[in-house]
Amino acid sequence: MLVMLNGERVEIAARNLTALLSEKDYEHTNLAIAVNQRVVPRTAWSDTTLNSGDQIEIITPRQGG
Amino acid sequence: MLAFYGKQFSSRLLLGTARYPSPTIMQEAIRASGAEIVTVSLRRESAGGRIGNAFWDLIRELNVAVLPNTAGCHTVQEAVTTAQLARELFGTPWVKLEVIGDNETLQPDPIGLVEAAGILIKDGFDVFPYCTEDLTVALRLREIGCQVIMPWAAPIGSARGITNRDALKLMRARLPDVILVVDAGLGAPSHAAEALELGYDAVLLNTAVAKARDPVNMAKAFRHAVDAGRIAYEAGLMGPRDFASPSTPVVGTPFWHAVS
Repeated sequence: MLVMLNGERVEIAARNLTALLSEKDYEHTNLAIAVNQRVVPRTAWSDTTLNSGDQIEIITPRQGG
Repeated sequence: MLAFYGKQFSSRLLLGTARYPSPTIMQEAIRASGAEIVTVSLRRESAGGRIGNAFWDLIRELNVAVLPNTAGCHTVQEAVTTAQLARELFGTPWVKLEVIGDNETLQPDPIGLVEAAGILIKDGFDVFPYCTEDLTVALRLREIGCQVIMPWAAPIGSARGITNRDALKLMRARLPDVILVVDAGLGAPSHAAEALELGYDAVLLNTAVAKARDPVNMAKAFRHAVDAGRIAYEAGLMGPRDFASPSTPVVGTPFWHAVS
């Protein structure tokens, strides 16, 4: 199905966030995730079902002022 | 000692982690500054990327508190979601709240800032709002529960120093119970000293150190300036006068009133 992943339209096979992280090689990374502008806690990643058209933001630490 | 939301710190210099020539120089500059709090941000990670991990490892080695920002947010919703992502990512309720209202000056949007701060405080955040020197906005921020308020000296990265000294003095006088931090626009250690001399509790800066020819030594210079400014404030600065007042005692001056 098609989703928006970090602002880009991509085709994914995964049906939940944990599977998505594996599919897109995000494992072992310090991440936070929002789906449709709602933060999904790490503990809920495997239970969060993805739907076509979802907007997914995968975020990591960066330098800041 | 200085307390931010119940946590004690001895350094009055908060330092940003961006725009250094290299990760190693960033680490050395932070150590040289004596800062115990550093600001960080959060950005999208590309698939297969490990950029965030590498940066985060460098910060953890420093054993400092992190203050995540919401830089780049232009709406209340963006800022609130970014703050919630930061809490999840960094495991801290602290957030440096930025809601930008103008792209040219990066001037904070005071209306969006107060609204976002209210939402986040109700959600359990400890908010460090980045604002202008406007007293009314600061009063509103205190009213909704901000224990720390961070007015700018001048636009971010401008290095102009304190451009509205009277307004910052007024804010200090009217908010004696709030931790006030001058954030943004400082270019020289003397600017930081001036902020501390005015009674500000701390300063937050980034570019002035990161873009110096020698960031590590500039960090050291800011550290000394902040210490000097605070000691001067505690020692009590004399007020300005309109006329000269001789510092050398007049009594006993030889040839005084001598008749030629």
